[in-house]
This record gives sequence, C-alpha cells and structure tokens, in this order.
Amino acid sequence: MSGMTPIVKVIARTVAGFIFVYGCYIILYGHLSPGGGFAGGAIVAAGLILSRLAFGTSAAQERSTSISSSIFESSGGILFLLVAVLGLVIFAQGAGFFFKNLFPEFGKGGTLVSAGSIPLSNIAIGIKVGAAMLSIFVVLASTKYIFKE
Amino acid sequence: MEILNALINITDKGAGFLHSIPALLIAIPLGAAFLAPILFKLWKRLAEIITGLAVTACLVLAIYLVLFLGNTPIVYTFSGGNWEFIQNLLPLGIVFVVDKLAAFMLLVVSILVFFAYLFGLKYLERFTGLGKYYTLYLLMFTGMIGLVMTGDLFNMFVFMEIAAISSYALVAFGTEPEELEAGFKYMVMGEIASIMILLSIAFIYSSTSTLNLAHLSYAFTQMQTQMASTPGFRAGFYFVLILLMFSFSLKAALVPFHSWLPDAHPSAPAPISALLSGVFIKVLGVYAMVRILYNVYGFSWESSPEVFTALIVLGLASIIAGSLLALNQKDYKRLLAYSSISQVGYIILGFGIGNLFALIGALAHILAHALGKGLLFLTSGSVVYRTGERDLGKLGGGLGKYMPWTSLTYNLGALSVAGIPPFLGFFSKMFIILGAIDLARVWDSDPSKPGWTMIAVAIIAGLFAVVTLGYLLKITNQVFWGKSEEKRTLKESPFIMVFAMVSLVVLLLAGGVAFFFWLKPELLGPAADVLLKGTKYGELVLPGLFGAGG
Repeated sequence: MSGMTPIVKVIARTVAGFIFVYGCYIILYGHLSPGGGFAGGAIVAAGLILSRLAFGTSAAQERSTSISSSIFESSGGILFLLVAVLGLVIFAQGAGFFFKNLFPEFGKGGTLVSAGSIPLSNIAIGIKVGAAMLSIFVVLASTKYIFKE
Repeated sequence: MEILNALINITDKGAGFLHSIPALLIAIPLGAAFLAPILFKLWKRLAEIITGLAVTACLVLAIYLVLFLGNTPIVYTFSGGNWEFIQNLLPLGIVFVVDKLAAFMLLVVSILVFFAYLFGLKYLERFTGLGKYYTLYLLMFTGMIGLVMTGDLFNMFVFMEIAAISSYALVAFGTEPEELEAGFKYMVMGEIASIMILLSIAFIYSSTSTLNLAHLSYAFTQMQTQMASTPGFRAGFYFVLILLMFSFSLKAALVPFHSWLPDAHPSAPAPISALLSGVFIKVLGVYAMVRILYNVYGFSWESSPEVFTALIVLGLASIIAGSLLALNQKDYKRLLAYSSISQVGYIILGFGIGNLFALIGALAHILAHALGKGLLFLTSGSVVYRTGERDLGKLGGGLGKYMPWTSLTYNLGALSVAGIPPFLGFFSKMFIILGAIDLARVWDSDPSKPGWTMIAVAIIAGLFAVVTLGYLLKITNQVFWGKSEEKRTLKESPFIMVFAMVSLVVLLLAGGVAFFFWLKPELLGPAADVLLKGTKYGELVLPGLFGAGG
C-alpha cells in the first residue's frame, strides 16, 4: 500500500492533528459538556486511522501498531479498573466501596479541574476506546493483506 | 504490597469484607483480563500465572461466600453520592445482589473455570495467541460472574453480552474453516437472542420506568390489577414474557432453538467446550430465565400454570430429542454436545415442575451436569491431545490400555451424568422425578387437574436416563474398550490434565456421598428456598419500598 493521491495526503496531514486535539478536548471536558471518554476516544482513533488511510503502511508497521495499540488498550482498561478499586481499597475504614470518588473535595464545580475521579475514568476510557478502534482497523487492514497472497 | 495491606484491613472487619466480595469478584478477573495481554508480551508464562491467580482467588472468594453468607442477601449498591437516605426505598444506584442462589451459582462457575484452566495449561500448548485466549477466558468468566450477581436487568444484558461475545471468539479460536463457520453461526443465533432480550428490556422499561430487578418485581405486583381491567395491556405483558422466554431458551439451547449448539461446542478447544456446556448455557440461559420468572415475575403454579406447562414441554422436548439425536452421532464431542441439550432439558423440567423437590433436583443437576459434562469434555480433550482424532470410527477402540486414567474418569463421569447411585447425578435426577410424583399427588386431589400427566413425565424422565447411559457407553465401547487392530505408541496425558479430570470425579463422588449431610441442607435447600419465596426477593433487596407499599 503506497497511499492515496497527493491531494488526499496534504489534506489528511493538515486535518489529522486537529482531529486528534479535538478528540483530546472531548475526553478532557467529558465531565462538563456532552462527550466523554467513549466519544473522544473514537475521534482520536479517527484521526489516527485517517493518516493511515491516506499514507498507507507496510505490513511490518501494522504489526508494530497492533502490538502498541493492544498494550494501550489493556492499560486503559487497567487504569479504569484501578480508579474503581482504589475507591474500595483506600477508604478501608468502612467507608470505601467500588467506584468511590477519590477526591471528594477537589477543584471548583464547573471548572476543568473538578468532578473528583470522573475525569480520570474518562481518560482511561478514552485511551481504551481509541486504541481498540485503531486495532480493529489494523486487524481489518492486515487480514485483507493476508487473503491476497 | 499496599493493596494487600489494605485488603487485610478490610478483612479485619469481617462483615465488611463479606460485603465487598461482589466488587472483588468482578474486579479480580477483569483486571487480570486486561493484564494478561501485556504480561504475555513480557513472558508467555506470566499470562498463565496471572490467570491462575485470578481464577484461584475467585474460587476462594466463592467458597468463602458459600460458607459465610447469612440468610439476608448482600446488597451492594454502586452509589456515587449521599444517596443512602432513599436507598432502601428507591434504587438509584445499580445493585449487586448475592443471595444463597447466586452464591451457589458462583461456586459452580468458579469450580469448573478453575479446573478447565488447570487442564488448559498443557492442552493449549499447541495454540498460538495464548495472550488473547486468557483475556477472552477471563472476560467470559467475568461476564458469567456478573450475570449471576447483578440485580439490574440492563446490567444483566451487558454481562450476558460480555460473556457471549468472548465465547463467540473462543469457539472460533482454532481458526480452521469449520471452526470459523461454527463460530459465525453461533454468533448469529446468539445475537438474535440478545437483541430480543434488549427489545423486551425496552418494553419493560417503557411500561414500568425501572430496570432494577427488585423494583421490577414490585412494579409487576402493582400491575396485576391493571392487567385484569385492560385486555391490551395483558397481551403486551405476555408478548414481553414470550420474548424473554424465547431468547433465554435460545441461550440455553432448548430443543426448538438448539441448532447452534452441536456445531459451536465441539469446535472450541476442550477446556472451552467444558465451560460452554458445563456452566455457560446454564448461567446465560437457565439461571437468567429462572431468576426472572420466579423472583421478578413471581410466577407459581397457582397464578400462571401456562408458564410452567411451557417449561415442562420445553424440558421434555429437549430430553427426548437431545437423547435420540445423540444416539446416532459419530463424533466424540458432538455426541457430548447433544447430550448437553438433553441434560439441560432435565434442569428446565425440574424448574417447570417447581416444587421443593424438583427445585433441589434441578439445582443439584446444574452442579452435577457442570462437573460431569465438564469432565467428559475434558476427557475428549485428553483423547484429542494424544491422538488428534475425534471421529469415533477412526479412533478404533482399545485406548483404555494406553490411557487408563482418561478411560477411568470418562467411565465414572458417564455413570454420573446418566444417574448411577453413588454419584451426584443420581440424586439430582431422583429429586426431579420425586418432584414430578409429588406434584401428581397434589393434583390428584383436584379433579380439574390431570395427575396422570405428571406420572407420565416422571416415567419419561426415568426412561431417558437409561438412554443417556446408552449413548454415553457408546463412546466407552468404541474408544476405550475393545482391541485395536494396529499397534500404537500412545501415552497417558500429562499429569496436570489427569489431575483436573480426577479432581472432578472426586468432586462428583463427594457430592453424592455428602448429598444428604451437607449439600442438600446447606447449599441446595436455601438456594431452592430463594426461588420458592418468589417476589419476597424484592422485599429483601428494597425493604423500604415494600414496607411503604404494604
């Protein structure tokens, strides 16, 4: 795969970064406005997939992408679970439960730094969803590659 | 170390630890599922080790729950704020409810998952991509555990999908053409059932505005008066009920809806076949259906005989058709898969008869069949591991000389599944038949009810236990006994595989011996009691609501 025409490549190169940043914005503002980890993660993955579609990648590159994205996916899942389990474990004096808010008195309501442990969970979901979408794409792309032989 | 210390802190409080077990039972396998692929990249054995730790921890927690759970269920609320003041009245958070029935199911699931893991350690060596295997294995485990514990209808659907989607991938794990085909067929059938469940959840939510199982049982009680006056409402109520029963029957592979099972279960690797036939169809199909019919709708023979008649018909059809189809099979694992259909029919028959005897029998059969059929599928894995062959004609007989332990465990397991006295399988079938006879006795005093039909049901159930023995001994005859023409150089399977199989036989024997001393009074009786109490379940979970309403 050598990629698409120069027009597509130039536009993709310009737009992919903006899409990525927009995805991060959706993730980070998930506790304040519509959006959140799932939607933001999907947008981040869209940015990454766009550059792959436009420029094309070799099978070797796709293998390394699939390895790193599966590591990111697992880490996102672990981070999300860790936030939940810490709520159970840290407050051991009878007050802890699964998904307990880790920072109850943290930040000012309505600002970016607020909402306790929800932004952490959002980031974790964002990482997981973004990496999962990317690895689905990579699997679809590389399976096609195998069938051609 | 920090986490360990904190865990010990929780343990010191005793009751507090018991209370946080539901969360731990979800968190441990889920966390291990995400860790396994990362650790697999570092060192292959690390994924096995973390899976083993998670599975063992869950088994220990399940045993702890069974031993120390009191008569009041654990209600674990995921409430984010200061919601406790109306917690007893209205369910705002999502709840996990662990009562005696859920604890029993947790024990069954954890035991079989543990031994299937041990068996898989050696068996899976020739497969590639084991990191993904262990992730899927643990996710399937998480889904089953979550489904058993949850007290929320939509959560039930989510956990069902977690378990089901993992199982679709695991069925096709060998990636041979026929395995992929079986996996695809299984996925289409399974998703039809899942979408029907989602549809019925939408109907239920639109008419009751709640999805909490306890709150739903309250809402359905209130609905009875409305139903009597509005005929359209009654039709809608039964439409949703039939949707639910259809989709759970499809998940449990009862006879009109069984066509996916004989393809899907033999295609999976042997430990997964054991799990799918042993616990998967029972948790996703039978447990979910029974929990909803008994505890949420609160049906009984007095209030709605048509539901129980339907269960008995489904159960009998599964018993008869499953056994007769199994008689004619030529593939080791396919025969066992048809046998699973027939044995799940016994369980559904027990729940359809619905008195104390039959419920104890059905629950005991869940345990007996989980251990027994799990064992039989593991022996099939042991045979395939050494010979690479599943076809009964090509195996040629005489394997028992080379693989004595596999042969012995197969034969004892077959005796238990067929229902021969010292084993657990005998007591479970006996109690189901006793339940049918007891119901016939009750019906005889009422001229409007035909008591002889239940006697006929009991006779059919007893007769097909013999047929079960017939088709299971077919494998004994064609694989393990007799003499083979060619000279072979076969060895017994590795120790860990034999250990898993022998342990299951020992558990079956111990279950049979301890049936009247421990199993029935301590485990099965209280679990059957949960079902017999019907909508009392709702009162135990949300005491405030029922107190205010009544």
